[in-house]
Amino acid sequence: MNIDAIKNGLVIDHIKAGQGMKVYDFLDLGKLDCSVAIIQNATSSKMGIKDIIKIDSALDVDLNALGYIDPIITINVIQDSVRVKKYHPELPETITNIIRCRNPRCITSTEQQLPHVFKLTDRQKDEYRCLYCESKAAR
Amino acid sequence: MADLSVAEIDDLIVTSQDIIRSPEKYRDICRYKKLATLFFEPSTRTRLSFEAAMYELGGQVLGFSEASSSSAAKGESVADTIRTVCCYADIIAMRHPKEGAPTVAATHASVPIINGGDGGHNHPTQTLADLLTIKLEKGHFEGLTVGLCGDLKFGRTVHSLVHAMCRYPGVRFVLISPEELKVPSYVKLPLKEGGVPYDQTTDLVSVLPELDVLYMTRVQRERFFNEDDYVRLKDSYILTSEKLTCAKPDLSIMHPLPRVNEISTEIDPDPRACYFRQALNGKYIRMALILKLLEESA
Repeated sequence: MNIDAIKNGLVIDHIKAGQGMKVYDFLDLGKLDCSVAIIQNATSSKMGIKDIIKIDSALDVDLNALGYIDPIITINVIQDSVRVKKYHPELPETITNIIRCRNPRCITSTEQQLPHVFKLTDRQKDEYRCLYCESKAAR
Repeated sequence: MADLSVAEIDDLIVTSQDIIRSPEKYRDICRYKKLATLFFEPSTRTRLSFEAAMYELGGQVLGFSEASSSSAAKGESVADTIRTVCCYADIIAMRHPKEGAPTVAATHASVPIINGGDGGHNHPTQTLADLLTIKLEKGHFEGLTVGLCGDLKFGRTVHSLVHAMCRYPGVRFVLISPEELKVPSYVKLPLKEGGVPYDQTTDLVSVLPELDVLYMTRVQRERFFNEDDYVRLKDSYILTSEKLTCAKPDLSIMHPLPRVNEISTEIDPDPRACYFRQALNGKYIRMALILKLLEESA
């Protein structure tokens, strides 16, 4: 299967197989008018199989938030058909409206307009807690 | 409580002790200042002690004592209520049944917010009252063996007290509860990380002789989703005069109140029972806290 190389944009590689659509939805890629390719179950020497997303446009979003979804993801930044940067997203200090607090006693359960904000409380354990009620985020 | 350092807590205790010694010095110190008490759920001690505290500082009080008498009953958000009340008051004390409501309030407030309890989450001014009581009864925190008994799972005062007391050297905890109401692991985490000694048991009588402080708690009906679980566990520990015969003569028996039946009323005249002194101390420490926050916001 051939997917054209991109000139200026991003290649999000090493996405855990099956998680590609989650990343696609998280980055709201459906709203872009450029070419976007999702490759599912691509062969990987490291992972066996993986998903890849190619975006043929520079994207102005904080990709570090992807670190919450999957910290082993690799982000490749392409300019003039050359990879100029390659990195793993770090766990973000705060994530907003990516996950919802499931504590029925939390203020977010009754005040629907509140953003669901989680703070990183333990980087070693990838542990996030609700800003309001401090409940641990359910993965 | 995480908002206060040990030094700040110690300062509040020192101010409280000065208020107790010389109340006349503080009689007019908050003149022309207004405290709003926003109680979205019922309370006796917390609300009245906040109000008494402000009156004894020479200030004024406004507010409501249940959600049904505020615009919350019409669906107003916490944020909008707080923005409105900030137009009328210099400082706000609030209680809300939902966890994290004070955090929302603080985000939208232009005056200091004091959390007077948010669901089963935090009740920091109760913890300050508990610390002042231990200081007044024992003279120090260091080296005390503190027994915590009853509902250690949902008991927010217990969680906060463990967190606050473990910052003092030599403190040892004895955690006494039924299996179903044991302290959650995240509460024990600072004990493990700080090397603070603690024991867990289901037997109150066997550990009573070791204790310098016994902090009793009520099994709270409102924290259970299942009535059957509440009924099964509510009478797990009842402190009686007979059980107390093996306790130290200078034991301090504390309880955040209200009690149901976990401390027999026959113990009330015992000088070791200090739960009503603890309620009084709640007023003094809230006076100190109001003063500190008003000074900082001036």
